Amino acid sequence: MSLSNEDVRKIAHLARLAVREEDIEGYAHSLSDILAFVEQMSQVDTEGVLPMAHPQDAAQRLRADVVGETNQRERHQAIAPAVEAGLYLVPKVIE
Amino acid sequence: MEWETVIGLEIHAQLATQTKIFSGAATAYGAEPNTQACLIDLGMPGVLPVLNEEAVRMAVKLGLAIGAEVAPRSVFARKNYFYPDLPKGYQISQYELPVVARGTLEIELEDGETKTIGVTRAHLEEDAGKSLHEDFHGMSGIDLNRAGTPLLEIVSEPDMRSAKEAVAYMKKLHTLVRYLEICDGNMQEGSFRCDANVSVRPQGQHKFGTRCEIKNLNSFRYVERAINYEVERQIAIIEGGGAVVQETRLYDPNKDETRSMRSKEEANDYRYFPDPDLLPLEIAADFVETVRTTLPELPDEKKHRFMTHYGLSAYDAGVLTASREMGDYYEQVVKVCGGHAKLAANWTMVELSAVLNRDNLDIADSPVSADMLGQMLARIHDNTISGKIAKDVFEAMCNGEGTADEIIEKKGLKQITDTGAIEKIIDEVMAANPGQLADYRAGKEKLFGFFVGQVMKATGGKANPGQLNDLLKKKLAG
Repeated sequence: MSLSNEDVRKIAHLARLAVREEDIEGYAHSLSDILAFVEQMSQVDTEGVLPMAHPQDAAQRLRADVVGETNQRERHQAIAPAVEAGLYLVPKVIE
Repeated sequence: MEWETVIGLEIHAQLATQTKIFSGAATAYGAEPNTQACLIDLGMPGVLPVLNEEAVRMAVKLGLAIGAEVAPRSVFARKNYFYPDLPKGYQISQYELPVVARGTLEIELEDGETKTIGVTRAHLEEDAGKSLHEDFHGMSGIDLNRAGTPLLEIVSEPDMRSAKEAVAYMKKLHTLVRYLEICDGNMQEGSFRCDANVSVRPQGQHKFGTRCEIKNLNSFRYVERAINYEVERQIAIIEGGGAVVQETRLYDPNKDETRSMRSKEEANDYRYFPDPDLLPLEIAADFVETVRTTLPELPDEKKHRFMTHYGLSAYDAGVLTASREMGDYYEQVVKVCGGHAKLAANWTMVELSAVLNRDNLDIADSPVSADMLGQMLARIHDNTISGKIAKDVFEAMCNGEGTADEIIEKKGLKQITDTGAIEKIIDEVMAANPGQLADYRAGKEKLFGFFVGQVMKATGGKANPGQLNDLLKKKLAG
């Protein structure tokens, strides 16, 4: 599987990465090489093998439903660029 | 051409846990902004999510209630997108392996028929924060209190064929989650919300048409209206020679229309992958069985029992089991009034519901307790008061004037059942209205009602209606 320049642009956009136009060709090659490398695994017979969800062979531990966090808003907001009325302020977003 | 509508619903139910799905921050509604958002909810580097056991238990509860499979192993995945109310840049959700799969829910249609709707899956995920777009000097305000609140997303099969069916399904699920006490069902606060996938196809065609997803449906009425609008829109496009474009649309209740939310070029590509921060969720069979023992009597079971045990109609049983509280109230009324199930049903459904609606009260806050209503119904049944007078007694109870017996005593509302006393009044009324009496005897039988009214007026409505009817008939006949 190889990626086109258009694929690279799309992936970069989805990841909000600013990629220079002159670098796109190179990324397309590098990423395609990575995919080709991984592609070798498709030769392995995985019939009956459970897809691995996590490299550690263990199950999720569960937490009791008890409030353990206290209000730390002041401290958290001390490092925020802009706050007002308890809210974090961000550049305007409208759907 | 005849068109068939195809609808599938995705319902997000906020789980009624004390804490977030992956952190120990509180989930109480209405707190000051960002006072319930801890480092995990803020997506700070270096923190790790730990799954809330209660959220898992609640998901299992729903799975059992809809006869679904509870996955012995399910996996959390990252759903990647960028929005300021999602500080991590991804939502932790479940993708390929959800915790609950393949259940069913039975809905009742308007004609009384039932229909089984398939539930494809239900998965656990975290809610996002809230963006406030009021003017903060051209900026948006972000409140992350809701970020990390546990959600159960319940996805139906495309089994519904009309907006009414979709609403029936949504209402059924709404009732169920409240019975199970896994969600408070508060739609104004967004605890229970719905996205609808809608498409149309020519009647008889097997293949589905292109669908649109409508977001922002937070009331039963909006679901119905948005779907109806969307169906009309899609039919108009196709009949006009066009093609429906697959997209996400937003319902605007003020304009009663849906509009495009995201263009096709920006169609979401969430790049799901298993979250490396979370191990697979394994649910042991004994955990499931323990949860099973905590299941309450479910709405369908309760409704069926009300029909067979109390002899109620399907409609009455449905209304009285709409919530657990309603069912409990009704059963207590029946018990206290001495088992007069139909009488209790009528009063609970008509008079009590009218008062609750009028004053916008939950049944838990009813001014008339089940015991009070039951005691009053016992007085109807033993002929102390008539059904008509009972309405006045009930109103007085609503106004806090005491119990039925106190009110009957205080206001002298006790029914007149003394035959001699009623006959005396009938005689007086007849004597006072010779013209009407002559007309009645000449064949104008409609005047019977006039005489009933006159006697009732003279007794302040306290004459026993059955006795009055019998006696009056005899007297008028001469």
